[in-house]
Amino acid sequence: MSKKTGTKTIQKGKVGAFLQRSSVPILFILICAVCIPMAGLSPSYLINEIVTRMGRNAFLILSLLIPIMAGMGLNFGMTLGAMAGEIGLILVSDWQIVGIPGMVLAMIISVPISILLGLFCGKILNMAKGREMITSYIISYFINGVYQLVVLYLMGSIIPIKHSSIKLPRGYGIRNTVSLLEMRQKLDNLIPLTIGGVKIPVMTFIIIGILCLVIIWFRRTKLGQDMRAVGQDMEVARDAGINVERTRILSIIISTVLAGIGMIIYLQNMGNIATYSSHSQIGMFCIAALLVGGASVDKASIGNVFLGVILFHLMFIVAPRAGAAITGDSMIGEYFRVFVSYAVITVALVMYETNKRKAKSMESEQLKQEQLEEENK
Amino acid sequence: MNEKAINKKEKSWFGKLVESYGLPRLIITAFLLLLLILAPFVGADLPTQVSNIIARFSWNGILVLAMVPMVHSGCGLNFGLPLGIISGLLGATMSIEFGFTGPLSFVMAILIATPFALVLGTVYGWLLNKIKGGEMMIATYVGFSSVSLMCMMWLILPYKSPNMVWGLSGKGLRTTISLEGYYNEVLANFLRIRIGNLDIPVGTLLFFTVLALGIWAFLHTKTGTAMTAVGSNPTFARAAGINVDKMRLLSVVMSTWLAAVGILVYEQGFGFVQLYMAPFYMALPAVSAILIGGATVNKATIMNVIIGTILFQGIVTMTPTVMNNMIHMDMSEVIRIIVSNGMILYALTRKTEGAK
Repeated sequence: MSKKTGTKTIQKGKVGAFLQRSSVPILFILICAVCIPMAGLSPSYLINEIVTRMGRNAFLILSLLIPIMAGMGLNFGMTLGAMAGEIGLILVSDWQIVGIPGMVLAMIISVPISILLGLFCGKILNMAKGREMITSYIISYFINGVYQLVVLYLMGSIIPIKHSSIKLPRGYGIRNTVSLLEMRQKLDNLIPLTIGGVKIPVMTFIIIGILCLVIIWFRRTKLGQDMRAVGQDMEVARDAGINVERTRILSIIISTVLAGIGMIIYLQNMGNIATYSSHSQIGMFCIAALLVGGASVDKASIGNVFLGVILFHLMFIVAPRAGAAITGDSMIGEYFRVFVSYAVITVALVMYETNKRKAKSMESEQLKQEQLEEENK
Repeated sequence: MNEKAINKKEKSWFGKLVESYGLPRLIITAFLLLLLILAPFVGADLPTQVSNIIARFSWNGILVLAMVPMVHSGCGLNFGLPLGIISGLLGATMSIEFGFTGPLSFVMAILIATPFALVLGTVYGWLLNKIKGGEMMIATYVGFSSVSLMCMMWLILPYKSPNMVWGLSGKGLRTTISLEGYYNEVLANFLRIRIGNLDIPVGTLLFFTVLALGIWAFLHTKTGTAMTAVGSNPTFARAAGINVDKMRLLSVVMSTWLAAVGILVYEQGFGFVQLYMAPFYMALPAVSAILIGGATVNKATIMNVIIGTILFQGIVTMTPTVMNNMIHMDMSEVIRIIVSNGMILYALTRKTEGAK
């Protein structure tokens, strides 16, 4: 009898858990369903925008998956990689290497910087176990200070910058925006394809596809398995002979390097770098998109990434228009989408923490019952 | 083993100082002293600089003080400070909207802000009780979401006062509202001392002292010690019959209310109400100030608040002037970012007992 009710509660729990897991995507589908007709944008425009934004953002968001696998939560430190990518692009555009070769060179420059930053980030996160997220979040601010020091003061004075088009008039430091006109959408347009008026960035999608395959393959490797084990339980993993610290650092390094490459893909699509602000919001938007796709702090899949990009950016496109249509003030829609991004992250974090506590109390309940049973025997 | 013991004994006075005072704090203090010594040589007027530091201390002190209750009850650093700031801003704007002027507008602002702070603080505290262990990250995002929600509200809420709304459309609050004729410098002008270039806003300092003493006294009452017990060892506190959740809730409400009062005091010194995205980044300077003062994630005293605010504000005010005069390069913003966030990182990576 007791067994039967037990399975029943488990089943009930499963349905409830599924609903809880997908509550955020469902909510977003509802928001979009309400906003799209009010925004009054043509379907072809919307599809075009979504496809473009998918190519622009998917790589960056994919970089978040590996630290989640290693149990380190949402990597707010992906901003570090984004800064490394920007530094690569700034140098390349000063050397006037354009098009695809320029992009590849920028990536080559960004990788060692990303590795160094990732190493730094990973080491610090190992010192702050249990509060990785807040720490990686503060690291992103800290490194932003260092980045500003390098780009605003050292570039042009110590690091040679030749062309005055990207230098501030005072002789050192980089201008607020660096144009990437010669690189703009070179990757997207490498294999031109237009289906029914929708421009498809084939090459970008191929690269994103390759990354997805790599991530799937990576999960099956020894290192990938180790990361999962560490993510499940650090102590058990350590007893099994896994070097926990090293595995965690590696997961952050991989994430940072991917974020650097992702940022270069992102910026070649945008066509210019906002030197001091491009990276600051990128972490927040990528994390929000991933969460909107139904991921949680401890579980995320490739499917979440794509669903997230579509839903989040659909909301992003239609919200200002819909806001303007309702209230007559476009700023409200603008603020609304910022609010939604933050609120989504807040809700996801709260859900994660409450679930963690529930699981803990359930575990202790189970232990209690087992003990009781043993005593009865 | 033996050698180690001897080594420990023979630690120099410097080593002892580092241990008791903390290396980062020592470096920052030395840096500030260096700036103060350099100031006259590079042509900056020392009394003016000192007055600046005192003035900025008086503006920010209460915001930093708002960290103390939550640290004491084990809720960690209050990254959710913007929530309290928003209550303060609601008080400020409503007080002006209802037509209060002069010093009365300041009193009314505090009175109107109080219920908001209590309600928001209660909700916030209830939330933090549900997610023990993950407070800091969630606090950050609670702060952010509330600020962005209020961005919409400032546009929608039916404010009418011509001194606050956009002139052209007649609705929606401006990003900065001048406090001229309202409570600009009401505290600062009370018993103000002016000697040459030295200018001390005694009233504001007194106001800070009263609140700081209040918190100090509270922490020594029965409830206060219970709160500290919850922070240092929740299991023990529960065994001793203390309602842990209630204590934590109380501390969060206190923090939120102090933040609301803190922003009003800040505004009376600064002379403007800043709305929209302004409260967004106000938590980080306050957090790093108290950490520079020697607090840790679960231990903070009033002394930490005072020392930390002086050091932090000292560096913020001194670096631009000294640096500008010395090398004609204003690196103060970058230094501020690196120092304040570096300090928070340092505190987060310290091993703290009883954190989990």
